[in-house]
Amino acid sequence: MTMKAHTDKTYDAQLDDLRNKLLTLGGKVETEIAVAMRGLQERDSKLAEQVIAADREVNRLEVDIDEACRRLLVLRQPAASDLRFITTALKIVVDLERIGDLAVNIAERALDLNQSPPLKPVHDLGKLAELCQKQVRGALDAFVDGDVSMAEQVIKDDDLVDSLYHNLFNELLALMMEDSRNIRRANSLLFVAKHLERLGDHATNVAEMVIYMVRGTDVRHPGSRTSKSAPPTP
Amino acid sequence: MTLTARRAANGIMTGLCGLALVVALIPLVSLLWLVISNGIHGLSLDFFTALPAPVGETGGGVGNALAGTLYIVGVACLIGVPIGVGAGVFLAERGDGQLGDAIRFTAEVLSGVPSIVVGIVAYGMVVLPMRRFSALAGGVALAVLMVPTLARSTEELVRLVPQSLREASLALGVPQWRTSLKVILRTALGGIMTAILLAVARAAGETAPLLFTSLNNQYWNWRADQPTASLTVQIFNYAVSPYKDWHDKAWSAALVLLLLVGALSMAGRLLSRSRLR
Amino acid sequence: MSESAQPDGIKIDVKNLDAWFRGTQALRNVSLSVPKNTVLAIIGPSGCGKSTFVRCINRMHELVPGATQTGKVFVDGKDLHARGVDPVDLRRRVGMVFQRPNPFPTMSIYENVAAGLKLNGIGGDHKQLVEKSLRQAALWDEVKDRLQSSALSLSGGQQQRLCIARALAIGPEVLLMDEPASALDPIATAKIEELIHELREALTIVIVTHNMQQAARVSDSTAFFYLGELIEHGPTERIFTNPREPRTEDYVTGKFG
Repeated sequence: MTMKAHTDKTYDAQLDDLRNKLLTLGGKVETEIAVAMRGLQERDSKLAEQVIAADREVNRLEVDIDEACRRLLVLRQPAASDLRFITTALKIVVDLERIGDLAVNIAERALDLNQSPPLKPVHDLGKLAELCQKQVRGALDAFVDGDVSMAEQVIKDDDLVDSLYHNLFNELLALMMEDSRNIRRANSLLFVAKHLERLGDHATNVAEMVIYMVRGTDVRHPGSRTSKSAPPTP
Repeated sequence: MTLTARRAANGIMTGLCGLALVVALIPLVSLLWLVISNGIHGLSLDFFTALPAPVGETGGGVGNALAGTLYIVGVACLIGVPIGVGAGVFLAERGDGQLGDAIRFTAEVLSGVPSIVVGIVAYGMVVLPMRRFSALAGGVALAVLMVPTLARSTEELVRLVPQSLREASLALGVPQWRTSLKVILRTALGGIMTAILLAVARAAGETAPLLFTSLNNQYWNWRADQPTASLTVQIFNYAVSPYKDWHDKAWSAALVLLLLVGALSMAGRLLSRSRLR
Repeated sequence: MSESAQPDGIKIDVKNLDAWFRGTQALRNVSLSVPKNTVLAIIGPSGCGKSTFVRCINRMHELVPGATQTGKVFVDGKDLHARGVDPVDLRRRVGMVFQRPNPFPTMSIYENVAAGLKLNGIGGDHKQLVEKSLRQAALWDEVKDRLQSSALSLSGGQQQRLCIARALAIGPEVLLMDEPASALDPIATAKIEELIHELREALTIVIVTHNMQQAARVSDSTAFFYLGELIEHGPTERIFTNPREPRTEDYVTGKFG
């Protein structure tokens, strides 16, 4: 990101404040995922409850950030890189909050699963969780550093997430078909896997917006682009 | 300073200013008083319209002198206004070089020349070649007196016209000369009219230059190449005479002159005020 | 006017324009072109040469004592400084509106609008033309009942629209506007911006503005000037969302210090 300061220092302060809020939000949801997964894997319901409680803070931050963005839009009429930053903030806050919600869903599944005896351990779940957490961290780092290559990596890794999810799906399906007493628990785990996969998707969204913010080109939905008739260029 | 002290100081200063005003007005008031009190009984319709009567005879008036003043001043305007206003416009539009400086300097010098000297010059320039005294010579003398002030006033008035108007006109594709004439001049016209009226008022009150240019005339005269009566010269003649009734006539004529000059000045001021509304 | 020398659709073409005021260089090697029926906004900090540039297009620059310029300016493919080109005639085809409304104070509303014709000696009844111009300037309804009253009886915003009507009355093909709304309140400004929108169908417009949001609102393309140089020129949307030059970026985001 450009290091040059705005002539109006208050503006700089307001932008920094927005950036910090976003990073705080990012940090919180990262923690939520980690703790929720620990609650699941270590069968610690207390951890799961922590996650559910922490989400209130996340929701509050989302509202805060939205308001900060609106204020900046009306008071500052931002242009160019500032405009792209603020509109990116507006969009990724949605994705980050959804990630938080998904972590809560995982925690709820954990609470449920911890009531019953553990199922046969499923490798790929751990791997999927690790990868999705890496996605989220990568997207947030790309945002902080304005790192396009990192963002592109996150987008690429989404394929890996998808394939891991499919493997897991098949594994859990097999478990269910093996023994009908497994169905309930395997189903819950399937939900968890789905949540993780969705989590990865949201991280990918964040990465796409980061590319727009830095480069000014919108890389989303490349297939559905129609070329606009551009005004006559000199 | 306490409030009462300030109030007292305020009052004293106001009082002093009022006193100064009164002192300044004394000459004006005493002059008006003198002229009016001495001249008013001689005034009558006849006085304004009749020819002067010989010594001893009652009646008579300054009709021809009044007309003569207006006539000579009219001639002066015909000569002086185009030159003065034209010079003023030139100085404002293109007077930023050496020529402009030269013209301005000349005008300054001219305005400082005593009016009697101007009269003598007009004598030499017009009366001698023509071998006669004439209204034309008088007009020339008065014109020379009018031109410098007119030029300076016009220049200032034209300069006051905002540059934005000139630009607006040029941007419409109006040539420079037309812009100067039809836009700039037209905008400054009101002020210029006032300046002309004031110059006329001043010229109407001149005596010395007329003494050896238009001389005097006991009869009506409308020919520019003949000597012509004027109020100021007539007053002079009446006043230096040894006859008492002519002295009275001098007072009355002076009152008439005062009324004329006063009317012209008032008209000038009214004109400028009506423009500003 | 022959257009054979110009690619189709270009109304104004400026090539390597330099301009000086008595030795101080105000414009450096500026080249850009403006297509027909589009609006070009010129932005930049004070003293960057915006007004000078625009005044080179209607040859008002050369009226300043000591002002010189080199380079070429073409309108409709014709060189403005070619032999035989009358600058007075040019200014009838390239009209100009100034920052402060400047109606002629001694003339009525009607006379002001018709001034461009009357002052050029074109007599006759101009009623229709006056009405058409006032309608084009979105002022007709407000003044149609008092065409004979003094131009100074109008408000600032109305006076500016009167000046626009006056400029339009001579039928220009290009309209140059030097910060036309900077002396006006927001509502009057909005009316002028609306006007520019409608006028672009008939004219090509170049507008100099201090106000970046205004430039963003009214123009098709924007040119950023700095210290007499053209830094960047491009579609307005691009200049304000993703400019290519760092100096442009700094200016539009308020990082100029």
